Amino acid sequence: MTFWERNQLKLAPFLFLAPAILIFLIYVIYPIIDSIWVSFHEWNGFDKNGIRSNGNPNWRWVGLQNYITVFFDDEEFYTSFFNNIRWLIFSFIAIPIGLLLALFVNQQIAGMRYIKSLFYFPFVISSVVIGMIFTWFYNPRYGALAFVLNFFGLDPIPVLADESLATYGIIIASLFPGIAYTMILYITGLTGVNREIIEAGRIDGATGFTMLWHIILPQLKAVTLICIVVTIVGSLRSFDLIAVMTAGGPWGSTEVLAYKVFRESLFNYRMGYGAAIATILFLIMDIYIIWFLIRLYKNERSEK
Amino acid sequence: MFPTPIQNYSLKVNIAYRLLLLLTLIVWLLPIIAVMLTSMRTFDDVLLGNYWTFPKETALISNYAAVFEGGKMGRFFLNSLIITLPTVCGTLFLSSLAGYSLAMHRFKLNFLVFAMFIAGNFVPYQILMIPVRNISIEMGMYNTHLGLIIFHIAFQTGFCTFFLRNFIKDLPFELIEAARADGATEWIIYKKIILPLIIPALAALGVLEFTFIWNDYFWALVLTQGDTVKPITLGLQGLKGEWITSWNLISAGSVVAALPPVIMFFILQKQFIQGLTYGAVKG
Repeated sequence: MTFWERNQLKLAPFLFLAPAILIFLIYVIYPIIDSIWVSFHEWNGFDKNGIRSNGNPNWRWVGLQNYITVFFDDEEFYTSFFNNIRWLIFSFIAIPIGLLLALFVNQQIAGMRYIKSLFYFPFVISSVVIGMIFTWFYNPRYGALAFVLNFFGLDPIPVLADESLATYGIIIASLFPGIAYTMILYITGLTGVNREIIEAGRIDGATGFTMLWHIILPQLKAVTLICIVVTIVGSLRSFDLIAVMTAGGPWGSTEVLAYKVFRESLFNYRMGYGAAIATILFLIMDIYIIWFLIRLYKNERSEK
Repeated sequence: MFPTPIQNYSLKVNIAYRLLLLLTLIVWLLPIIAVMLTSMRTFDDVLLGNYWTFPKETALISNYAAVFEGGKMGRFFLNSLIITLPTVCGTLFLSSLAGYSLAMHRFKLNFLVFAMFIAGNFVPYQILMIPVRNISIEMGMYNTHLGLIIFHIAFQTGFCTFFLRNFIKDLPFELIEAARADGATEWIIYKKIILPLIIPALAALGVLEFTFIWNDYFWALVLTQGDTVKPITLGLQGLKGEWITSWNLISAGSVVAALPPVIMFFILQKQFIQGLTYGAVKG
């Protein structure tokens, strides 16, 4: 027996996992730690040993200063933060609409497979394209919205140029793929709904809304939970549509935390400050990650 | 309606249902229909605000030719392919190795490694942004295809390992035990037993990953500069700046950018849905 044959069960896991772990440590785990470290510094992104034109070093330890500035001296941070909350709240609209559409198309008729996939369509299209479609839709001169308003004798509303409306305009665009996603999840969930319980409910006289609320929805609990989770994560991750549709404007009114990190770091060269906001975003997301891991751990334990 | 099969209703209701279904679908797809029609319009037609009427004068060929004019669009399209295909293959390879090991090998830290892959997968991109950009610059991979490919492989390996580990865990362990008893090496088991059995999962993940990577915008924005490496998502946005209000050209460009994932989706629809829901349900 060679050395390899004798020890392969011990060595194999190491060798099989090494490439994945190595690349993951370099590109995901290390950057998280590094970002947190950077967040305690003032850094313009240039040579860490260099000196700025004003005589200060490029890289300087500032302790919690970035965090203090974020919380006490940056109104834009709160604008971004509350925009994230708006995203969170209004993204939830996708869940009931997705459910309704799923219930609506959950019939077996000829060609339904193709009809369903046409409904899923927006989910596979890149958010850049979705963003462009809706930018055009809102355009006060050439957009569909303006023409519709015009038809009713109303003046066009420049949605994306209006500070109080722009964020909602972008959220509506995000609902297009968002609804498609929850619809896909619910349709799959509906295939697992127990026929016998439905029949039992019917005998007891449940119809329409009662049937939906008391008999079908409880069976879709797991799917609803997934929909809630993907909606929360999605709303915290919102970036692409904002970048494409308004680039954070007008006057920063559509910025969210993710976009603010990007702008502070790569446009204003405030790497430390950007990193501090990224760390805050990361900590918010951690609530979810930890919950998820605990749930998984319990599942694994109960399976054994 | 649901849960009662529509067939149990009267003919009238059946007809009404089908009409309503068609109507809902059309309303749902109105934005996309508008884009497809507009990609065939002349600019004059766009100025008149014609959206959903069939273009009087089709400019299909001239619009699409204009989109590819100057070679930029072709370059961006090619860049997207150069980035997406190796990423999908590389991710599936690394994560199937890792997934096999996490599912079938017993060792200390197994759950910890698994948890690391899952947790990393949910991290907000922005906390990785600055360090990943700096790593790429230091390694000379900033603004190269390889830089984007390697980062995508690394990040996507988290999700795919999670997915494949769960899939492999559901396979019968006796199969592997028997092969080990016959003296098969771990590599042979991976290649000859595991890989053939996980082909459906690899197909599902493959089509899902193709869509994710093709549609990536953020990392292209952070890790590229200029036109040489830009994928089509970012490239399209740049071209929009040049086309200004030529919505017919913007529409045609959008159709080109959206087409590959859409085609993939229609060919592998079943796998796509399975991948999406299996990944989500197990998560």
